[in-house]
Amino acid sequence: MAVTTTIPWDRVRRAGSKLTTPLHPDDYLRLVNPLWTSRELRGRVEKVVPETEDAATLVIRPGWGWRWDHRPGQYIGIGIAVDGKYQWRSYSVSSPTKQGRTIAITVRAMPEGLLSSHLVNGLEPGTIVRLAAPEGDFTLPDPPPARMLFLVGGSGITPVMSMLRTLDRRGTLGPGGPDVVLHYSSTTPERMIFRDELVRLEEAHEGFSLHQLHTDTDGMLDLADLDAVCPDWRQRETWACGPSPMLDAITAHYAEAGLEEQLHVERFSLELGGGGGEGGTLTFRNSGRTVEVDGATTLLEAGEQAGVGMPYGCRMGICHTCTVTLVSGSVRDLRNGDELGQPHEQIQTCVTAAAGDCTLDI
Amino acid sequence: MAISDVKEYTHLSAEEVEQLGRELDAIRQEVEESRDAGDAAYINRIIRVQRGLAAGGRVAMLASAYSKRAGRPALVAGAAMLGIAKILENMEIGHNVMHGQWDWMNDPEIHSSNWEWDTAQPAEQWKHSHNYIHHQFTNVLGHDNDIGYGILRMAREQKWHPMNLGQPVYNALLASLFQWGVALHDLDIERIRKGEKDPQEMKRQLRQILRKGRNQVLKDYVVYPALSGPAWRSTLKANMSANVARNLWSYVIIFCGHFPDGALHFTEEELEDETRAEWYLRQMLGSANFEGGRTLHILSGSLGYQIEHHLFPDLPSNRYPEIAVKVRALCEKYDIPYTIGPLHQQYGQALRTIIKLSVPNGWTSSDQPEPPSPVRDRRRRSDAERPSRRPELGGWSRSRERSAG
Repeated sequence: MAVTTTIPWDRVRRAGSKLTTPLHPDDYLRLVNPLWTSRELRGRVEKVVPETEDAATLVIRPGWGWRWDHRPGQYIGIGIAVDGKYQWRSYSVSSPTKQGRTIAITVRAMPEGLLSSHLVNGLEPGTIVRLAAPEGDFTLPDPPPARMLFLVGGSGITPVMSMLRTLDRRGTLGPGGPDVVLHYSSTTPERMIFRDELVRLEEAHEGFSLHQLHTDTDGMLDLADLDAVCPDWRQRETWACGPSPMLDAITAHYAEAGLEEQLHVERFSLELGGGGGEGGTLTFRNSGRTVEVDGATTLLEAGEQAGVGMPYGCRMGICHTCTVTLVSGSVRDLRNGDELGQPHEQIQTCVTAAAGDCTLDI
Repeated sequence: MAISDVKEYTHLSAEEVEQLGRELDAIRQEVEESRDAGDAAYINRIIRVQRGLAAGGRVAMLASAYSKRAGRPALVAGAAMLGIAKILENMEIGHNVMHGQWDWMNDPEIHSSNWEWDTAQPAEQWKHSHNYIHHQFTNVLGHDNDIGYGILRMAREQKWHPMNLGQPVYNALLASLFQWGVALHDLDIERIRKGEKDPQEMKRQLRQILRKGRNQVLKDYVVYPALSGPAWRSTLKANMSANVARNLWSYVIIFCGHFPDGALHFTEEELEDETRAEWYLRQMLGSANFEGGRTLHILSGSLGYQIEHHLFPDLPSNRYPEIAVKVRALCEKYDIPYTIGPLHQQYGQALRTIIKLSVPNGWTSSDQPEPPSPVRDRRRRSDAERPSRRPELGGWSRSRERSAG
């Protein structure tokens, strides 16, 4: 459903801004309809569908500027105002690609997670939320490999669901298409998100088999049993998503077998593997504050501790809400150890630390 | 003379001054911790009303241009709506957003780092000349360029010059062309004249002003008149009226902030080793409030609460009324003057000072409670000569490094 645009909207908008300067036409139009702006990506919550007792799917209609280019398995940022303040989190898209004019994310309310509880229980249809463009490399290749294995725990099912639904939609699950095995661990059957749909998919498609494991009664998956569950797992490209201990075990198991190459892992927490920066004196130019930081504290945390009104979003390097200009000095990206130090480089403060003295434009 | 020698403070011990500072810090903390969805709704509502008025005003003018039935009433209504929209945008929205009053919402569309306002001065230069220079060095002679804006002699301590005889005329010109006066403010023409300004920085600033000013002029005096067809002249006049109304109004409000009789001037020596509590005290003694209803205060960008604004420039403006009650109580408790009066009285006093100070000091009597310190010739300072900045004033940026990079 490619939308062919014949009207050069950018030119129209530029012309319109002659009338609205110093604002943009979108700044006025969004007051007519909140989705009529591309200054910030927005969406309207159309439906909140309960999935289990503590999980729900939010069906969101994005506004202007949404590019409809998400790949199955990617996540998006969602920002909602809580007590007047925008809070950001990232969730995997659970809907397949190219489905109508909405996207869906599935959220499980975490015991300590105020925001996730609010999303699951407190969000009225019609609420306007902020969105951040899709990101992530935990995706379904196109064309998909001939044999695939998904190892999923709990709400880790959401990105996998988007992949399965996309395969189903394209009619490629089953004979002729890839052969897919899904091993899905959950504490109880009731807490299993998308259980009914997965069972239906398995019944409809010969090439898709589902293994359910209820860990409350049957215990966790012992990877030594993988040979029994899926004897040809060594020949399958594998996607794993779930709690950190499970992913650590899977990563170790694949490393032992020398099969890291064919394993894709999605973690829902920031992994800082790049080593620290060196630390130094951090200067916030506009607010005139300075603070000594070590090489492990992110610039965002340092700024917040110093009382600077730092913008922030997902706090895991996804949404780019926290981006500010690095005036001088250099910083280290804590995810991969890259040093960033171009003059006036835009840096994400939530995943970078000082590598020597540096100055930020905020 | 240190700040503790100013007559209004002398009855306070150093410990009492610090105690007052702690009480003011507590007020700040209380507001910071209670900011919530209600405050966010306030600024969003003001923005909605302001944009509605701006759009409504433009449409009314176009309707008057193309429909005989709408005619003149629509034109007048359009100009009035546009004028009020510009006033709201500059005063209650732009000025306050650029102070960082709404940064806590974490909303990139209402943030001090990228707000650009509907007036000729580029936001970045405003944040320097106003947030930093004026708010940190409030009423310190030779430091605060807002004492007379380099055009008027507003303190007896400033040396008289025959040029000052023209003050009533300069004042009238400044009032009607206020947005252009503000636009040139950060350039610091005095330092350019004396050849002290870095030519590169000057060029950069001029380019910024020209670009912003051009867009503003094009919009009000070319594009909308052109859209009005044969009625272009009426639209142009209506837009000009809206701009002049905004200029006059913001001029009056701003002159009521620090020029009424009760607002004191300070000398450079008072900045030395100034503590945070002493900085609070200087803000309280250097600023003046005026009385009025809710609408008047909103149209004034909450600058009728000038004292509260100077104490807490980055707290949301809708909280100033409740803060004012507490600040006033503190002033009574510590026996510190709290300058306030009706708008016409405050402006009248400022105007009287403009006229009196156009002639040498000896010809007129001072209206200020404090006998002025001796006259001195003070030049304007550059940033390099100023103490480093206080963090609570809201952001500003100096992009020389940016353009050099």
